[in-house]
Amino acid sequence: MPTLARWYIKAGLVYFVLALIAGVLVQARTVVDLPTWVATLRPVYVHLLAVGWITQLIIGVGYWMFPKFSRENPRGSEQLAWATFILLNVGLALRVISEPRVSIRAEPDLSWMLALSAVLQLIAGWLFVINTWARIKER
Amino acid sequence: MPPLSVWMVRVALLHLGIGFTFGALMLFDKAAPTHPDIWRLWPLHIELTLIGWTVQLAMGVAFWIMPRFARLPNRYGRRTTLAWAAFALLNAGVLAVCAGNWWPSLADLTLAGRIAELSAVILFIIHLWPRIKPPGA
Repeated sequence: MPTLARWYIKAGLVYFVLALIAGVLVQARTVVDLPTWVATLRPVYVHLLAVGWITQLIIGVGYWMFPKFSRENPRGSEQLAWATFILLNVGLALRVISEPRVSIRAEPDLSWMLALSAVLQLIAGWLFVINTWARIKER
Repeated sequence: MPPLSVWMVRVALLHLGIGFTFGALMLFDKAAPTHPDIWRLWPLHIELTLIGWTVQLAMGVAFWIMPRFARLPNRYGRRTTLAWAAFALLNAGVLAVCAGNWWPSLADLTLAGRIAELSAVILFIIHLWPRIKPPGA
């Protein structure tokens, strides 16, 4: 398994645990007195699960298993693939940090971080599509 | 990779890109409000990323890697037409659900889209069922 695929899958596993912790916190608020921002964790929970875990697992396994691009570059552009990994994970981490604070309008205002998170994840998504497209082919 | 899987995975990639775009627009709007209509993209974002991307990718990869039939003229089985129909119906369904959610005058399309998606999954299962078999069978 290539190095980058291992990074994707292991990062995905970490997000899997973080997602379920967020899910427990959201649910625990119904029986335990927790800070207000915990109630705003629901979109973070869903995206940790859907983007951090499922999509990242798919990207990692796809990077490893999809048909080879060429003999010289079997997995397409390695630089683009690493850029996708970094942008996706930084973008998602920034969302986790900033979204609950922005939702309750906490100071200091982290709206800029949330906006940056959106841009980074958007770029990561399309970089993955672009870099994977040519590998999806008949042999 | 067989042609149907190529189509399914490539269309799934497009759904991922568009779904991510809609999601990013809404997330950006949460940070810096741009237009109130942005949040009407929410059901489209879910439809594209859940059905268009995740479900369709799983179907495309399943068609590619599930056991085949060494002794049949078509190694992917006798009912590949059903899998092609599933591809067409699933994507027609996703588009119909998106259109129905975006344009109020087309709201009835949402139900038609869901029925198309259900039909797609049933047809795909009918195709795939015999391929879930022991080696050599």
